[in-house]
Amino acid sequence: MIAKLRASYGSGIDALTYAGQNYMVVDRSLIPEILRVLRDQEQFDYCVDITAVHYPAREKQFDVLWMLYSFPRNERIRVKTQILDGATLPSSVSIWPGANWLEREVFDMFGIKFDGHPDMKRILLPDGWKGHPLRKDYGILQQDNEWVQINLGIETGQ
Amino acid sequence: MTDPNTTLSPLELETHDKTYLDANELVINMGPQHPATHGVLRVILRLDGEKVLGLECVIGYLHRGVEKIGEHRTYTMFNPYVDRMDYVAAVSNGLGYCETVEKLLNVEAPPRAQYVRVILTELNRIASHQLWLGTHALDIGAITPLFYTFRDREEILKIYEKYCGARLTTHAFRIGGLQYETYTGFEKEVTNFLNFFRPKIDEYEELLTTNRIWVERTKNVGTISAEDCIALGVTGPVLRASGVKWDLRKAQPYANYKNFDFEIPIGENGDTYDRYLVRMAEMRQSVRIIQQAVDALPVGPIMAKVPKVMKPAAGEIYHSIEAPKGELGYFIVSDGSTQPYRLRVRPPSFVNLQALDVMCRGQLVADVIAVIGTLDIVLGEVDR
Repeated sequence: MIAKLRASYGSGIDALTYAGQNYMVVDRSLIPEILRVLRDQEQFDYCVDITAVHYPAREKQFDVLWMLYSFPRNERIRVKTQILDGATLPSSVSIWPGANWLEREVFDMFGIKFDGHPDMKRILLPDGWKGHPLRKDYGILQQDNEWVQINLGIETGQ
Repeated sequence: MTDPNTTLSPLELETHDKTYLDANELVINMGPQHPATHGVLRVILRLDGEKVLGLECVIGYLHRGVEKIGEHRTYTMFNPYVDRMDYVAAVSNGLGYCETVEKLLNVEAPPRAQYVRVILTELNRIASHQLWLGTHALDIGAITPLFYTFRDREEILKIYEKYCGARLTTHAFRIGGLQYETYTGFEKEVTNFLNFFRPKIDEYEELLTTNRIWVERTKNVGTISAEDCIALGVTGPVLRASGVKWDLRKAQPYANYKNFDFEIPIGENGDTYDRYLVRMAEMRQSVRIIQQAVDALPVGPIMAKVPKVMKPAAGEIYHSIEAPKGELGYFIVSDGSTQPYRLRVRPPSFVNLQALDVMCRGQLVADVIAVIGTLDIVLGEVDR
C-alpha cells in the first residue's frame, strides 16, 4: 500500500515501523489529500485519535498525528506530519465527522488551529483561558491567574 | 462565557439564521450540576416546545490535566493516576496503561498474571455495566434496579478489596505483571460470585426487558445507524448495538483473550433498548470468560523481569483495549528517559459524547436523559 501511495506522491511519504506498528511520516503539503485517499481508497474509515507532540528544540516544533483504523482490513496506521509553530492544518472533519472534538482538543492544548473546522474553540479549558497547557513551555503548576481572579474571585488557583 | 445563541452544533443540517432568535425556539441549559448527567456535564438544548432541535455539550468541568501530569511522573508513578480517569472501571484503565508500557519495554507479563488480569478486568466490566444499569434505569424512572445492581456490585468490590486493598481506584496491576499474589480462597470466591451472579442477570432482565414502561421509553430512542457510528468514531456497546460486530478483544486480542471462548452480542436497530440488551448480554459473556479463566488458572510467577528504573528506548507506541465504555487507547512517546515525553489517553467517552447531538435530534427532552445514560459516559474520562 505504501508503495502505491509513494508512486502517486513521490518522496513526501516515509513509511516506517516501530514495535510492530506501522506509521507514515508525511509532508505537510500532502495532508488533506493523503487522509482523503486513505479513507476513500484504502478504507481507513475510523479516525481513532488526533493528537500532537511538541518538540521545542526542533525547527518544526509540532508533530501532529492521526491514528486511523480500517474495519474491513482490521489494520491500524498512524499518519504523522511536522509543522512549524503557528502553522495551521486543514481540518479532517469533512473526512471523518468524529474528528470534530479531537481537533478542538488539539487546539485547546497546543494552539494548533485547523482551517475549515466548523467550531474552532476551546473544549476542555474555559473559553477565555490564555495559554496552551500541553506545550513544553507551559509550567506544570502554571495557571491563567487573570482568568481565575476574574471568574472565581480568588487570588490564584494554587 | 459561551453565548448559546451564537454557537451551533457542528453537525447542524438546517441553515440557521443567527441574527434573530426564532420565537418558537427555546434555549435551555442543562447545567453542570444536574442529577442525571452522570457527572459535571453541561448540555445546551435548543428546543421547539419539547422537541430537541439540536444540542451542544460543554465539557471540561472535571479537567485535571492528566496528560500534562504524565510528562512529569515516571512510568510507575503514573500508574495510580490512570485509575482516576474512568473511575468506574479503574481496573481496565490500569490494564491498558500497563500493557502499553510493557509493549514499549518489550516485556510480556507471565501467563498467571495474564489470567488474573483477565479475571479482574472482566469482573470490572460486570461492575461497570451494573453501575450503568442502576443509574440509567434510575434516570428513566425505575428505581429498583439501582438497589439490586449496587447490592450485587458489592460482592465484586469485596473481592477487589481483599485482593489489592481498594474498592474503586484499585491500582491493581503493575508494569510487567501483578504485585500481589492472589489471596488464599481467591478462585473459590470468584466462583461463588459467578454462581451467585448468574441468576441475578435474569433478575435484572425480569425487571426491565419486557416491562412495558421500559420498552416504551427506550425503543426507538436515540437511534444511530452503523455508518454514523463509524464516521463519528463511536465504539463499544453503542457501536455493537448498531449492528457492527466489532470488539477489540476479538479483532486485535490483547492479554491472552485469544484463549477464551466468548461471543460478541450485537443489536439491530441501534436504539436505547438494543444498547440495554447488548450490555446485559455482555455481562453474561463476561461471566463465561471469568469461568474459563478460573478453571484454567496456571501456577507460576506473577511478575516479569522489569528493570527497577524504567527507561524504555526512544519511540512511540499506541495500544488500545476494549474498556467497558469503548476503545480506550494510550499513545506514549518515549525519549529514552524515565518519564514519558508525551502521554496521550484516547478516551472512549469523549469520542462517544460527540454522537449525543446526532442521537437526540427530533427526540423529546426526556429522551435526552435516556440517551446520556445509554451512552455510558464517565466525565472523569471525558475531561481527564
